[in-house]
Amino acid sequence: MNVQSPPSREERIKKLQGLGSSRKRVEDARFTQGTGNYVDDIKLPGMLFGDFVRSPYGHARIKSIDKEAALAVPGVIAVLTAEDLKPLNLHYMPTLAGDVQAVLADEKVLFQNQEVAFVVAQDRYAAADAVELVEVDYEELPVINDAFKALDDDAPLLREDIKDKMEGAHGPRKHHNHIFLWEEGDKEGTEQALNNAEVMVEEKITYQRVHPCPLETCGCVASMDKINGKLTLWGTFQAPHAVRTVASLITNIPEHNIRVVSPDIGGGFGNKVGVYPGYICSVVASIVTGKPVKWVEDRIENLTSTAFARDYHMTGKIAATADGKITGLWTHVLADHGAFDACADPTKFPAGFFHIVTGSYDIPIAYVGVDGVYTNKAPGGVAYRCSFRVTEAAYLIERMIDVLARKLDMDPVELRIKNFIKKEQFPYQSALGWEYDSGDYHTAMDQATKAVDYPALRAEQAENRVAFDRGETRNLMGIGVAFFTEIVGAGPVKNCDILGLGMFDSCEIRIHPTGSAIARLGTISQGQGHATTFAQIVASEIGIPAEDITLEEGDTDTAPYGLGTYGSRSTPVAGAATAMAGRKIRAKAQMIAAYLLEVHEGDLEWDVDRFQIKGNPEAHKTMKEIAFASYNQAIPGLEPGLEAVSYYDPPNMTYPFGAYFCVVDVDVDTGVTDIRKFYALDDCGTRINPMIIEGQVHGGLTEAVAIAMGQEISYDEIGNVKGASLMDFYLPTAVETPTYETDFTVTPSPHHPIGAKGVGESPNVGGVPALSNAVNDAFAHKGLVHTQMPHDHWRVWQTAQRLGLTG
Amino acid sequence: MIPGSFDYHRPSSIGDAIGLMSSLGDDAMIVAGGHSLIPMMKLRMALPEHLVDLQDVQSLKSISIENSQITLGAMVTQAELITSEELHEICPLLREAALQIADPQVRYVGTIGGNVANGDPANDMPAIMQTLNASFTLVGPNGERSVAARDFYQGAYYTTREDGEILSSIHLDAPTSGHGSAYEKQKRKIGDYATAAAAVVLTLSGGTCATASIGLTNLSETPLWAEEAASILVGSSLDRETIKAAAAAAKAITNPAEDGRGPIEFRKHVAGIMVERAIAKAHSRAR
Ligand SMILES: Cc1cc2nc3c(=O)[nH]c(=O)nc-3n(C[C@H](O)[C@H](O)[C@H](O)COP(=O)(O)OP(=O)(O)OC[C@H]3O[C@@H](n4cnc5c(N)ncnc54)[C@H](O)[C@@H]3O)c2cc1C
Repeated sequence: MNVQSPPSREERIKKLQGLGSSRKRVEDARFTQGTGNYVDDIKLPGMLFGDFVRSPYGHARIKSIDKEAALAVPGVIAVLTAEDLKPLNLHYMPTLAGDVQAVLADEKVLFQNQEVAFVVAQDRYAAADAVELVEVDYEELPVINDAFKALDDDAPLLREDIKDKMEGAHGPRKHHNHIFLWEEGDKEGTEQALNNAEVMVEEKITYQRVHPCPLETCGCVASMDKINGKLTLWGTFQAPHAVRTVASLITNIPEHNIRVVSPDIGGGFGNKVGVYPGYICSVVASIVTGKPVKWVEDRIENLTSTAFARDYHMTGKIAATADGKITGLWTHVLADHGAFDACADPTKFPAGFFHIVTGSYDIPIAYVGVDGVYTNKAPGGVAYRCSFRVTEAAYLIERMIDVLARKLDMDPVELRIKNFIKKEQFPYQSALGWEYDSGDYHTAMDQATKAVDYPALRAEQAENRVAFDRGETRNLMGIGVAFFTEIVGAGPVKNCDILGLGMFDSCEIRIHPTGSAIARLGTISQGQGHATTFAQIVASEIGIPAEDITLEEGDTDTAPYGLGTYGSRSTPVAGAATAMAGRKIRAKAQMIAAYLLEVHEGDLEWDVDRFQIKGNPEAHKTMKEIAFASYNQAIPGLEPGLEAVSYYDPPNMTYPFGAYFCVVDVDVDTGVTDIRKFYALDDCGTRINPMIIEGQVHGGLTEAVAIAMGQEISYDEIGNVKGASLMDFYLPTAVETPTYETDFTVTPSPHHPIGAKGVGESPNVGGVPALSNAVNDAFAHKGLVHTQMPHDHWRVWQTAQRLGLTG
Repeated sequence: MIPGSFDYHRPSSIGDAIGLMSSLGDDAMIVAGGHSLIPMMKLRMALPEHLVDLQDVQSLKSISIENSQITLGAMVTQAELITSEELHEICPLLREAALQIADPQVRYVGTIGGNVANGDPANDMPAIMQTLNASFTLVGPNGERSVAARDFYQGAYYTTREDGEILSSIHLDAPTSGHGSAYEKQKRKIGDYATAAAAVVLTLSGGTCATASIGLTNLSETPLWAEEAASILVGSSLDRETIKAAAAAAKAITNPAEDGRGPIEFRKHVAGIMVERAIAKAHSRAR
């Protein structure tokens, strides 16, 4: 007989593929073989298709709508307008920000491509043909395309529907186009600090309007079963449970009769958090026709009507001592929210977590004021791969630090180090009210500057500048640094909710008799690889190999209630719930093991995948054995089965941080900026799957490159949206994407059960300032203080020209 | 993004294609690779009622080279232009330019005929054809005629081709051996049309420039053949001053529109830079 030695402890750990393992993504087999199941793959018998008639104008009164020719197209079933939705009180819908948004334009259109009528037909082609035939008679009105003019005395009134409602969801409105003023911090004290400062810098910094532009656009299939009264809604939802609750509240269909399913989602980046007119119209059309109705937007519709991001016009002022110690930070934002306030933020935070703007620095006093305004642009203001308005905040502070460095003639790295919050100051109370859970900024910056050999880069740049002045080269080298701190994982129910729904999250784990398991979460992956990483958390907690764990999300009939995936909250919140559910299972497993081994629970210890008797590891029961026992033994005092559910309300947010360096070469003759080096050190606490982290960082950095180098949704004077196709809206290809170097430090979150902090959004948050700082730095010696993004060819060339470098 | 409805025809000979075009009349359009036409149809900016597809017309698919005379069938794909070694031997500008069109996927289906017949000033091949002094053969119900590339373009999407005529082939003489050529194109990213682009073909004789031809892409309603700019080069040693003067002359005939690639001033400026760089590169390649 062969005597096999039992697997070693290391072998057992390895087999689990738990925390720290770069196991391959289990999702990829189906995605790479084209067997993913996206919304547009859903085909139901008798399914109808919806398509929108959209406004060609930025601002106009609707005088009449003639549906006749459209209804005559063979295959067209219905054409819905606001008049049809009014009796159901569905012509407006509530937004996540406490405003209302027109589902179909009510008497007026407020932005180009606004939804005016919804055509329902037997196929897509008939619907598209009929859209062309709906005749809408408009009377053009004056347009506001500039947030700075929205509050002028003579600015046209945009929102007639709320013109008498001067008390908004976030306090008084001071003008008919004003939405809110939101303030945090000590205004007077900060102004005093500025007045008393040895050195003061001020800069106006705009983060342009961009769009998350996920590969898959938004869409849904609504199916009302009139016989059992049940509505099923498949859709591109980043928060399926919240959609179910909102759908129930606005349609009055009881919540138990609504099933919301998010199938595979091809990227969200915040674009799929909100509720869109297409969803409501599809539901109504399905209720009216008794048939399933599909609506999927095309790329132009996606870029022009479903949630944009940013559009923050910021002013920063820093007070400092002559030797570079920051003594105060004052900020104001003019926030362009478009025609309706459809921002996706926790309800109490109309400017999200913008007050993380003190960043990684120990700033004793600070003030933030944000004025939200209406303009004739598409609504939105979502967190495009960042926690709520954190990217805007990080961009402002990281640019402002460079502005201060220039003024002081100090090295920007040195200035950052001088002002960092020190390791021993954590948990750190920021001047704007946050409690930073943990951090070790000095170590990260030290590791980063060594990795890129920062002094050598500056020496090379000095040579480059001399060569440029001698006429030996037409390229200028720029070095950008950013040291960001994020705030992610919303969040504590005590201060974070969406429409009254606390932002906890959940996980339910069931162990099968043979020792495999299924886990279901309240979140939903859109490409992040949840099925891979969350199985790893379960594996480490309960000792079942990750490959034996199925992970399910997105079906509200089966998954426990959760608030969904955005704001890097899945790992901090649902990941924590997963660990806690695993621990509940382990606690019961320990009782079962004690019974089986005939010892007291306290005599047992957990070891990787089993409970063993302390001091006698040969006497043990593996989780697999315990699972079987839980189903086939009558254990006194214990219920059969082995499952648990956990709803996790995090005690605090998590605060990932990172040190990024970017090196560019700018051709002053063409404005072409070549990214030579991009180094990203991330500290996201405990690292669950390093390969997935690296993938997330690569993806987020590529979006950062896209934003900083070219993305912009802009409008002309009469309200036409410019460049809203992928011809103009900048999505880099593999050719434009630089090579990235990733690195890390590990500072676990002290309050998260496994110490993880979230990483998906860090590279977008830190990458934009790193790259923008590099472009600004290329011209710093020629006197440039700040130039606005995007740093596309012509703007960079204009900067060179303004500085007299183009000749 | 769904085109209006249309009928689809797939003739297998040029004669049948011409017959269909005449019998179907004004509402019929040729479709070759479809990579300019179909996007326009999806935006409903083109609304043909009939598409006559040339894919099965085998006689339009060959590249032939006799002595130094090159004939390109209209249905030769941009990818085939790139892979033909023989063509590259005698006229490397074609591969260099084709490689700067769109991306591999587009080039596998997009054709040379469609690229030059389209009439979009943003297409790259028209200026290349003007630089190389190519001519286009057009066949229609009234027979065959030949039009010089330099006379073909009249405005954006507006050429001397009559409705019902099919561009069947492109003819050009390979530039003399020892020539140098280059195509410099600035774009925002792969798949984008030019912010500005310049093609240059030149020959040297004893250190001075003997002949030169310069073409410009996406800088006016039509491609531009910069005759005066080229003539400045001839007889010079291609010194810095002369190159600057030629670039200035080329820039002077441009008339770009403002678009997402930048304001007019910038696009004109880049035109000058592209011309300078293309001349320098062509010079370095000439023997
Ligand atoms: C993403 C993308 C990027 C692109 N980038 C570039 C670029 O950088 N540079 C560039 O030059 N092009 C670019 N193109 C266009 C591409 O090269 C097209 O393939 C080309 O312009 C047209 O060739 P086609 O064979 O596809 O023609 P089609 O689209 O089939 O036809 C174009 C037009 O020409 C007419 N036509 C076609 N063939 C004939 C013929 N034999 N006789 C008469 N009329 C004819 C058609 O009726 C139609 O009006 C791009 C296209 C895409 C989709």
